[in-house]
Amino acid sequence: MGIEVNGRKIDWVENETIKQLLRRMRYTFPLVVVKIDQKVIPRKDFPDVVVPDNSRVDVIHMISGG
Amino acid sequence: MDKQKFDKIKEKLQKSSVGVAGAGGLGSNAAVALARAGIGRLVLVDFDEIEESNLDRQYYFLDQVGKIKVEALKDNIKRINSAVKVEILNQKLEKGSMEQPFHDVDVVIEALDNAETKTEFVEEILLKLPDKPVVAASGVAGYGNSDRIVTKRFGALYMCYDEQAKSSEDDVLLAPRVCLMANWEADLALEIILGGDSGY
Repeated sequence: MGIEVNGRKIDWVENETIKQLLRRMRYTFPLVVVKIDQKVIPRKDFPDVVVPDNSRVDVIHMISGG
Repeated sequence: MDKQKFDKIKEKLQKSSVGVAGAGGLGSNAAVALARAGIGRLVLVDFDEIEESNLDRQYYFLDQVGKIKVEALKDNIKRINSAVKVEILNQKLEKGSMEQPFHDVDVVIEALDNAETKTEFVEEILLKLPDKPVVAASGVAGYGNSDRIVTKRFGALYMCYDEQAKSSEDDVLLAPRVCLMANWEADLALEIILGGDSGY
C-alpha cells in the first residue's frame, strides 16, 4: 500500500483527504493545482476528496510573476 | 537551413492557432515569438493598459504608454508579420468563464501574473476543456539560475517551471528571465503543434 506524490513514494493513509495530504507533505504553498491519476481536482474539493491507495498525485505549485 | 523542413513547418503553423491569456511580460513576448515563427492565428486576451513601468520587460514602446495592451500588441505584431490573424479581447478573464475565448484554438498559453489567477485559470481550462493543451509558467521572477527551469508535463498541462523561484511579490521581474519563460512557452506551443522535432 502506498501512493506517489510528485514522484516520491509515501505511505497511503486511509480516508486521508487532499487537504490533509498537502499538510502531511508540508506543502505550504497556498496555490496549487492537484491531479490524482491525471484527473484535476478542483481546489474547493480538497477538504472532501479522499486520496485512493496506489494513486499518483501531482501537486503543481503556481508562483506569481508574468 | 533545411528549407524543406522549414517550408513544411511554415505550412503547418500557418494553419494553426494559439490563445494567449494575458498580454504582459509573458503574453506579449510569447505572442511576438509565435508571430515571427509564422503562426496563423492568435487570440489575445487582456484587460489592462500600458504603463511606463511595463516597458522594462513587456513588448511595448514608449509611445504606446496609455494604450490598451491587446490593441497595441496587435499593432506590434502586424508590423512584424501582417499575415497573422490577430483576434483581441479587451476584457478581464473572470472565474467561471475563463475558458470561453479559447474553445477553438489549438493551444492555450497561460500568461497571467498573480498566482491566484494562474491557478484558477489552469484549473478551469483543464476541467472545462480537458483535451486542450495548456502551457503555463511558474517561477518567472528574479535573475540568474535559469538552468533550474524545466518543462514538466502533467497530461494536457505543460509547465515551464522553476520551483525554487520566489514569488514576484518578494522578488523582481526583469526582461531576461521573463522573456526566457515567455519564449519557452512559445517554443512548447510549437512543439505541441508540430508534434516534436521528429515530426518534421
